[in-house]
Amino acid sequence: MQYKKRITIDKIAKIIFKSTGYLVLALLGGIFFMLLYNAIAFFLQVSPLDFITGSQWNPTAAEPAYGILPLIVSTSIVSLGAMLIAIPLGVGTAAFISEYANPKLKTVLKPTIEMLAAIPSVVIGFLGIVLLGPGIADLNNLPNGLNALNGAILLAIMALPTIITISEDAIHAVPQTYREASYGLGASRWQTLRKITIPAAAPGIIAAVMLGLGRAIGETMTVLMATGNAAIFPKGFFDSVKTITATIAIEMGEVPYQTTHYYALFAIAIVLFFMTLVANLIGEYFINRFRKYHAA
Amino acid sequence: MQHKFKKLAPIVEWSTLLLSTGLVCFFLCVILYDIFTKGYQVLSWEFVSKLPTNGMTQGGILTPVIGTVFLTLITAIFSIPFGICCAIYLNEYAENTWLTRTIRASIRNLSGVPSIIYGLFGLALFVQALNFGTSILSAGLTLGLLSLPYIITTTEEALLRIPRSMREAALAVGATKFESIKDVVLPASLPGILTGIVLTLSRAAGETAPILFTGAAFYITNSFGNINQEFMALPYHLYMLSTQHQSIEEVRPIAYGTALVLIVVVFLMNLTAFYIRYKFRNNEK
Repeated sequence: MQYKKRITIDKIAKIIFKSTGYLVLALLGGIFFMLLYNAIAFFLQVSPLDFITGSQWNPTAAEPAYGILPLIVSTSIVSLGAMLIAIPLGVGTAAFISEYANPKLKTVLKPTIEMLAAIPSVVIGFLGIVLLGPGIADLNNLPNGLNALNGAILLAIMALPTIITISEDAIHAVPQTYREASYGLGASRWQTLRKITIPAAAPGIIAAVMLGLGRAIGETMTVLMATGNAAIFPKGFFDSVKTITATIAIEMGEVPYQTTHYYALFAIAIVLFFMTLVANLIGEYFINRFRKYHAA
Repeated sequence: MQHKFKKLAPIVEWSTLLLSTGLVCFFLCVILYDIFTKGYQVLSWEFVSKLPTNGMTQGGILTPVIGTVFLTLITAIFSIPFGICCAIYLNEYAENTWLTRTIRASIRNLSGVPSIIYGLFGLALFVQALNFGTSILSAGLTLGLLSLPYIITTTEEALLRIPRSMREAALAVGATKFESIKDVVLPASLPGILTGIVLTLSRAAGETAPILFTGAAFYITNSFGNINQEFMALPYHLYMLSTQHQSIEEVRPIAYGTALVLIVVVFLMNLTAFYIRYKFRNNEK
């Protein structure tokens, strides 16, 4: 091939590669502006104050109410409940894999965690309906088990792989000398784990929890199927809840384009976007801190 | 007493960790056991090769199976070239400027954006602005966008493993930069890239939220191969059968069968990815 032609191809290729890089930037910008544009259209019709402080979400009533509070409380109950279950289990499992399991057991446990991560969320939600829901109903004498507790348990299962994998990396990355110094002072294995290894790995573990939380907040199908979706202000774990994600999933399919209700769903989506963004940014901050700390 | 407790303490402590690990494994076992035992009863060749009939209370799941295959193909066609090109740019061309760092930060943030928001974006961009309508094309492109950050990240990791000396050797014998990438870097990193692609597509195949309003349909008759039409997909089918069908109890066995097929498809894709990774590592040694 001629030299000139090869150079031209080289130049064109560079332009193509470069433009894809910029397109990715445009994608995030596009998502953000799409949400913002439609949310602004909503706030032109409904005052932001009513939106933030309203305690009722009922867009289809004769006098529509667009209060996001019950949705935020629902999302918080379910995802914080999930964290209550997933943090001790996840950190415990990570500590076990990193500190106690022998190499043979590790080669079994790691694929197990990856398998758990690979199960589609709709399958987990399905099990919430057919397995966990009836179980919760029987144990607590409820008419049905589709409530916040059900969603929290399922979301915990979905957040566990994230929490375990990142925590395990963090615990594993703690220098061996720390542990040896602790043993040298006469500390037991357990004391070393609790007082030395886990505190040293804390930034990594916090990152793991935040990324797991981000995943739980943004999860749609599981909560949509397992939490009952009643439009009430939730008071506890045995109440049915309707999260932000579930509200979008249910109502976007039924609402006519470019009505107030349509724009309202984008307004709650932008709130969801920022909730997950904050969780992920905090997670990323701690991951970087952990890397810096242990690279030095 | 004191002495006895001291002897017992490590065992108790060790068991709490073992218990949490056991519980995590128990979750997976329960999930798999329930789906496999109950799904197995309806699973047969007829189940995957017959169309749904009688308001989906009878027959098989051929339409959603084919829908998922086509959907994943569209996702792949869109996201693989796009993702690989972007990863090449970031790893081979880009210098460490604020712009590059912004692109990297946006990729990380994109992978944290909830899938339902991708669904909204697909609805606003593909269905409405570009006027593709609710179709398998819109849904596939939406899933493609969702897959992009994962493909970029895994491809970049694969490219990073290729030693600098290989690129320099290619340049030294007169190859242009593009030729060194095309003929040396890409072939060498292919197994790593493939692993990432298969894992990402397995995730995309199981996604439901992004296709809710971009084209998935409750029930359609046979209309394969038309990208402008709505479609049935396995995860959406499972969602519909377990929550929206008028006789939920009656279709429960079919729902279990659908869940089983979906899990098997996803696990097979994961196994393929692990196999590629395993073989690649052995070759490297």
